[in-house]
Amino acid sequence: MIPSTGTETRDDSSGLGTDLVLRASNVSVEYAGSRPTRAVREVSLELRRGEVLGIVGESGCGKSTFAYALTRMLRPPARMTAGVVEYYGRDGEVIDLAALSGDRLREFRWNKISMVFQSAMNALNPVTGIGSQMDDIFRTHRPGMDKAARRARAGQLLEMVGIDPRRLRSFPHELSGGMRQRVVIAMALALEPEIVVMDEPTTALDVLVQREILDEVERLRAELGFSVVFITHDLALLLEISDRLAVMYAGQVVEYAPAEQVATEPLHPYTRGLLRSFPDLRGQRREMHGIPGNPPDLREALVGCPFAPRCESVFEPCREITPPLRAPAGGWPVACHLHDPAHDDYSSEGGR
Amino acid sequence: MSALTVTDLTVDYRQRGGSRFRAVDALSFALEPGQTLALVGESGSGKSTVVRTLSRFVKPSAGEILLRGVDAADGVERGLPRGRRAKRKAYHKTMQLVFQDPFASLNPMHTVAHHLRRPLLLHGGHRRGPKLEAAVLDLLRSVNLTPAEDVARKHPHELSGGQRQRVAIARALATDPKVLLADEPVSMLDVSIRLEILNLLDRLKQDRDLALLYVTHDLATARHFSSQIMVMYRGEVVERGPSDQVILHPAHPYTRMLAAAAPDPTVSRAALAEARAQRAALRDTRAAEHRESVLDQGCRFRSRCPFAMPVCATRPPDLPAVKGSVPGAGAGGAGHAARCWLLDESAAAAPAADSAD
Amino acid sequence: MPATVTTQLVEAPAEAAVRGSGVLRTALRSRRLIAGLCIVGFFVLLGVVGPLFFGNPNLVGTVQHAGPSAAHWFGTTDIGQDVFAQTVVGARATLEIGAAAGLIATVVSVVIGIGGGYAGGWVDEALALLSNVALVIPTLPLVIVVAAFVKNTGLLPTVFVIALTSWAASARVLRGQTLSIRNRDYVLASKALGEPVWRIVLVEIMPNELPIIVSQYLFAMIFAILAQAGLAFLGLQSPDLLTWGNTLYFAQNAQALSSGDWWWFAPPGLCIALLGAGLALINFGLDELLNPRLRVYREPRARRAARADGTETGQ
Repeated sequence: MIPSTGTETRDDSSGLGTDLVLRASNVSVEYAGSRPTRAVREVSLELRRGEVLGIVGESGCGKSTFAYALTRMLRPPARMTAGVVEYYGRDGEVIDLAALSGDRLREFRWNKISMVFQSAMNALNPVTGIGSQMDDIFRTHRPGMDKAARRARAGQLLEMVGIDPRRLRSFPHELSGGMRQRVVIAMALALEPEIVVMDEPTTALDVLVQREILDEVERLRAELGFSVVFITHDLALLLEISDRLAVMYAGQVVEYAPAEQVATEPLHPYTRGLLRSFPDLRGQRREMHGIPGNPPDLREALVGCPFAPRCESVFEPCREITPPLRAPAGGWPVACHLHDPAHDDYSSEGGR
Repeated sequence: MSALTVTDLTVDYRQRGGSRFRAVDALSFALEPGQTLALVGESGSGKSTVVRTLSRFVKPSAGEILLRGVDAADGVERGLPRGRRAKRKAYHKTMQLVFQDPFASLNPMHTVAHHLRRPLLLHGGHRRGPKLEAAVLDLLRSVNLTPAEDVARKHPHELSGGQRQRVAIARALATDPKVLLADEPVSMLDVSIRLEILNLLDRLKQDRDLALLYVTHDLATARHFSSQIMVMYRGEVVERGPSDQVILHPAHPYTRMLAAAAPDPTVSRAALAEARAQRAALRDTRAAEHRESVLDQGCRFRSRCPFAMPVCATRPPDLPAVKGSVPGAGAGGAGHAARCWLLDESAAAAPAADSAD
Repeated sequence: MPATVTTQLVEAPAEAAVRGSGVLRTALRSRRLIAGLCIVGFFVLLGVVGPLFFGNPNLVGTVQHAGPSAAHWFGTTDIGQDVFAQTVVGARATLEIGAAAGLIATVVSVVIGIGGGYAGGWVDEALALLSNVALVIPTLPLVIVVAAFVKNTGLLPTVFVIALTSWAASARVLRGQTLSIRNRDYVLASKALGEPVWRIVLVEIMPNELPIIVSQYLFAMIFAILAQAGLAFLGLQSPDLLTWGNTLYFAQNAQALSSGDWWWFAPPGLCIALLGAGLALINFGLDELLNPRLRVYREPRARRAARADGTETGQ
């Protein structure tokens, strides 16, 4: 439905390396059912080496589903119906993730890409000690390591995320939520992957603990140089930690820009609405409004802009034509008729 | 007259092995009609225990809860009345609560109308019939759920999270309460609809002259939607005062850390990087262990506090945050106060005073 | 882990189906449920109208030890009784015992399980102890002993003996479920409204356990039918009672097996097996139909995850 012209016109003015590590092109995911849910609709995103790519959106916008598609973790009834996910190695090799299966996929997952989930308790096995869970990773993926080396490495990893190595003997339930999430991060980094996909890793945590974990991720990333795909509904947090971010709505990317740009001058009315939804801690007291209405039902066919029913700047073309993700001259990709030169005559009056 | 006065409320939980865990320690506050008091704290701070105790799901081990606005004839003048049905009923009519998780607070087997009929039948003096149904629809309209006729027929799973929370609010309002406890009413909802729900609560509070206790971990909404803030840490209030005072001029190191930790989209990236570098410089390899240790005596925050002094091993008193304001602003005091030795000049000057650990 | 994966994944389509086209259509799509309902419906019909077509099925005839024929579809016994008539008429008592004993066992388990679970404290501990004790006593031997002591082994005593030895497992299941439900927010909300206890239990808690109760009832019914057949087979039932179990007993007594009169014991045996299978199929079908919807409420996060955002996986 959306021609993926957006990503090709990206600007390289952000000063980041353009060295790609992961590219998703036109990825679509469906949940099978009597009326299939089209959870992700032709999403194209690129992850560069060493950057943090943020993906933000309300629940049900398809952001987590997309992350699962990136890591080939979709299980039925979810199915990737279209698109390609490619990994670009340091040595120039290109791997199509769809071509991987069995052992090669498993190997790829821990060595090149790993995931951190919202609920650390689900990611950890409750009946096994932390040490032996970490040991399992090395035993499977590094058969050459002997027991002492594995143990030393596990201790080192814990120390790296700020936990006493003696905790290797502990069980998950003996740790606090923040400590468990640290352990999960340590495990995700065990084989030094190039990409870590984090799906709401701090949502269940307290503000202070969240801050500590984010600092930890930032420090480790600077040290180890991995790339991060960070998924959350918390735009304020994402603006802080990500280099670029993609705003998703109804399974589509509606804005894709450097974080500073989004913070200072968001283009899409949805992004503006999201930004406005966070009251400013120290700012003036003001009338505050979120975004009225609900996201569309993804089982239905979407006509026009999916955000049109909730949009305050809606004008004529919005209800009939689905705006493509397209970068205006000198700008960054946004899927909105307001920023389409073809509708300039409207946007000047009907716009902001 | 305060709608609710809580004095020295203390709640102990019995732990496995018989030892006791003090979840709430000598908490005192007052709720005024038409005002919102925010109770801010992280998980484990005891804020949910406060709500559960006020809702009578948990028995306090000490302290007094005075619920007014109930006719003297009902006999609910002092404390938690036990046993007598009428007293209990009056208490429930006067104080209602909104739960955190709108996916759990409505019974999946029943329609929206069922949820609203029950409080009307129990407390509204209604009988089954067209009048009752009209009252149900009025309630739905008062929380902006329209068309009310359609919504009333639905089951909870047919509603979105925000709509469910509106139903939960309508249910709480059905008894025409004087005091409303809102236990993290928006933390499970999408960011985009949180403000709408908070605005609704705010409007209802004004229209109905409700005394609202807003329990949250979010400092920003606490500031914007309440006139007073209490910050809780491990069972005790460490800072209290007018919202703007507490947030813009925090006196307790914990409040300061909380305010600094909240993501703020207006801060520039350079400033963020600098703040991060500062924190990184202070980072101790195994600090995470240390910070989460639980201390019983003295100031409970001292294991995480960057300003910890020897005197912190003894429990700090409730001190006025600004020099010159009335000391000992205890129960319901409107002054800005914090429980920290830093505010006590004599202690800060003479750190040897109570250094026995 | 694999278990959670599959259970969460079925939610999305099941929920969609329930919402979209009504419970009935979803029910009609479950082949197990349809098959089970057909089987059980057939036997119920047999039990209700069947006996009207036969006079006394125990009537002695002159044709003895005869195989199936046009006159005697299922052949005859050693004293010339028509096995077809016995099988059809036996369906009624068999079903009566199954339904009644299952009902009583379920009622007892609901009272003890849900009551104890909600009451908590020493009441719960005492009732839990009682059900645990009842659970570890091997049931069939107990039934045999009790049945042997009860002199009158007609319909009613049989029903009670079976019911009172088969409630414990289901009480435990219901207690566990109640313990989890009674602290849910919607129950707390009812408490905060000052709802009387009986209303909380009957209106707020019990409907949520209905699928479990129905399932326990169906299992209790299967158990009761098998237990009655077992008792009858062992000769612990009044010979006046005509059930499939009694037919089996008489066949066994007359050495039908060794004399090759297969038509005597095969029909009642197969009927018992078929009815049990039918009840079990209904159970599985209902489970298929109801559980995904229930799970939606229990795990809001999982629900949202399954609906639009992803699937649960290990790394």
